[in-house]
Amino acid sequence: MIESSHVLGLLKVVFLVYIAIVVSLIARYAISITKPAKKKFELTAYHGKLFYGWMGLLIFVGVGIHILTFNKIPWVKWDLNRDKIKADKEFNISIADYKFTLPEKTLVIEDGQTVRFNLDSKDYTYGFGLFRDNGSLVFQMQVVPGSTNNLVWKFDKSGTYSIRSTEYSGPKGGNLLVKNAVVVASGPALAQLILENKTQSKTN
Amino acid sequence: MLQVSNLTPLQRVALRFAVVSLLFYGVTILEGMLMRVHQINFDLMDPDHYFAIMGAHPMVGIFGSSFMLVFGAFYFLVPTLTKKTIYSQRLAELTWILMSVGVLIVWLSGFLFRYAALYTNYWPLPVSKEFSPYALGTFAIGNITIMAGIFIFCYNLFATIFHKRDEKEPMWPMLMSALGIDGFINLYRKITRKGTEKEPIMPLPIVAIFRGSVDTILDALVLGGISVIFLYHAAYSLMGTPQSASWFDALIYKNIYWWGLDLIADGLVLIYVAGTWYLLATLISGKKLFMQNIARAALLVELVVSWNVWGHHLLSDQGQPNLMKIVSGEMVTAFELVTMGIAVFITLTTLWQARPLKMTPQLKFLLGGILGFSLGVPAGIIQADLGMNRILHNTQWVIGAHAHMQLLVGLGMTLYAALYTLFPMLTNDVKLKSNALTNFHFWAHLIGGIGMAVAMGFAGMDGMLRRTIYPADATFKTEMIVAAFFGSLMILAYLAMMYNIINSIGIRGLIEIFIKLPALKRKAEPAIQT
Ligand code: HEM
Repeated sequence: MIESSHVLGLLKVVFLVYIAIVVSLIARYAISITKPAKKKFELTAYHGKLFYGWMGLLIFVGVGIHILTFNKIPWVKWDLNRDKIKADKEFNISIADYKFTLPEKTLVIEDGQTVRFNLDSKDYTYGFGLFRDNGSLVFQMQVVPGSTNNLVWKFDKSGTYSIRSTEYSGPKGGNLLVKNAVVVASGPALAQLILENKTQSKTN
Repeated sequence: MLQVSNLTPLQRVALRFAVVSLLFYGVTILEGMLMRVHQINFDLMDPDHYFAIMGAHPMVGIFGSSFMLVFGAFYFLVPTLTKKTIYSQRLAELTWILMSVGVLIVWLSGFLFRYAALYTNYWPLPVSKEFSPYALGTFAIGNITIMAGIFIFCYNLFATIFHKRDEKEPMWPMLMSALGIDGFINLYRKITRKGTEKEPIMPLPIVAIFRGSVDTILDALVLGGISVIFLYHAAYSLMGTPQSASWFDALIYKNIYWWGLDLIADGLVLIYVAGTWYLLATLISGKKLFMQNIARAALLVELVVSWNVWGHHLLSDQGQPNLMKIVSGEMVTAFELVTMGIAVFITLTTLWQARPLKMTPQLKFLLGGILGFSLGVPAGIIQADLGMNRILHNTQWVIGAHAHMQLLVGLGMTLYAALYTLFPMLTNDVKLKSNALTNFHFWAHLIGGIGMAVAMGFAGMDGMLRRTIYPADATFKTEMIVAAFFGSLMILAYLAMMYNIINSIGIRGLIEIFIKLPALKRKAEPAIQT
């Protein structure tokens, strides 16, 4: 399944190639414009066609991007249909006074499960983002007080993730980080984690 | 050297705007570099201080520097292009004074009271217990003062465009022309071959200035209105009876606030910029603007588009209806690519007609500005997508590859192109002393701006959030060091430009733009020995 790391990896390449193309086109234009024209410039129907062709290309690219991502990036459909999707697991998380309150110490997810995260803010606008160990972003959403903030995500790879608020909520907002809060696992590792969570909640 | 006594009042007021703008720009980039150094883990300051700087930085940059330079240029250009007298010289003076005082007060709200709800001011953070009523009240008063300056500017500008002191032009055709409706009528006549095309009454740059100013008024109404609410809350808190913040829904507020704020980023900036490009292209090439009816019509489309794109700021807000995300956030926003693309095409073709052109500083900076928007607009279109926004929103990509690319390279270079064009007109032909320094300014700013924006973009793609500090965490240190290197280039570019300008007009000339200094005593002539 396509992950954010694949999309962002591709974006890095596209971004660099795009910069290289645009910079060289403008550089070429800048050099050519200082040279005398081979023949006197005359406006012809060709220039009009070029202009409308250019507009057509821009509309194609502007709208095409959304059609492409709608078809290729899985989380767009999860998001648009999230009210209809039946989740395997649901986590209710609240944030107040610059603290996350998680339903369990570690949010344990089984490989392949579809999860709904319900977020609630008691005071300010926060964010909710899941990050890999190397700091890269899996997904994020805004957590607005008084709003229904939920997101559906399908996990198909074992791993440990941290949670961080992705919205500025004041200078104290930097505390909103829970390292290794989410673990996706399968098999014996999963059983072990579930057991640990159970023991933890009993001792609490 | 500048002879201030020979300047007209219009030249002098435009120069006042320019000087204040350049000084505020210096403050902005200094603040930017302070934040950057902190991001490399030099641990310069506590979070309160860091975020107070982050709150002040865009306010000083946008209102103190960018708006100020644009307003000064337009105060000079509108009467010059329409061949009319300015409606009120006094109001023009009042504009820069109010805006400078307002920006200073906003800056003080951060410096003295650590106000740091940042420029988005999400409800209810500004009115919460996080900031003292003094902090909130000072910010609100500063913002209201800035907005008052903006209203006065727009009033004075509209009054200049439409006043009939100098000629007897009827009002209705002038208004039609300022709105660009005559561009549509001409296009209709051309396509249907019914009737002949008529030369529009208003010069194209005036049409752009008029249209952009409609957005300017609307944005000032929203930001000013919200500041009045802040002031009300601050006043009650000071009286010991803080008001509840629950009367305003956070999501509705966010929609209203972003509607207003986005009229700056996606409205007036793009429209003013298109108008400036068209003006510069015709001045540099000496040719008529290519496809000028389309350009006029496109400016009206751009205005309407700008009222409907704020939804791209709320693509990650799950309470926002999906339809609004798709229509406003994705589809209408995509038209910004089209309107900006039209402006790029028309400008480049107009210049192309006049080959060979000399690569003057104006032309260089103009091309730099076009390059900046050609890189920054698509970066914005990418993040204005439901799929991409989920993994890019609030990362350094947004503020780097998109925002700083547009502000520093796109807008910055365009404003410098205007500055280098207007400099001789405003100073009665004072020549800049060093071409080498102008060249250095160009290259260092261009390379610095693109380099910094790209480094921030990469940090964003690696997961680094905006508005977040990572104490004792070196994950994004490399990207931030690269960004700091390119940022330093921009500081050098600024210093080179300032030195060149001050050296050319003289310190005395610079001061005399604002206050009259006592006349210089002539040196006594040496006695002739016989
Ligand atoms: C050398 C020049 C500059 C440097 C080094 C710089 C640096 C920075 C840094 C480090 C941030 C914080 C990013 C984050 O972590 O969220 C920032 C934010 C910002 N800057 Fe700049 N900047 C520069 C110039 C400018 C200029 C000229 C403007 C406006 C005209 C501007 C507008 C902004 C805005 C709007 C933000 C977002 C603030 C927020 O998130 O609330 N910057 N800049």
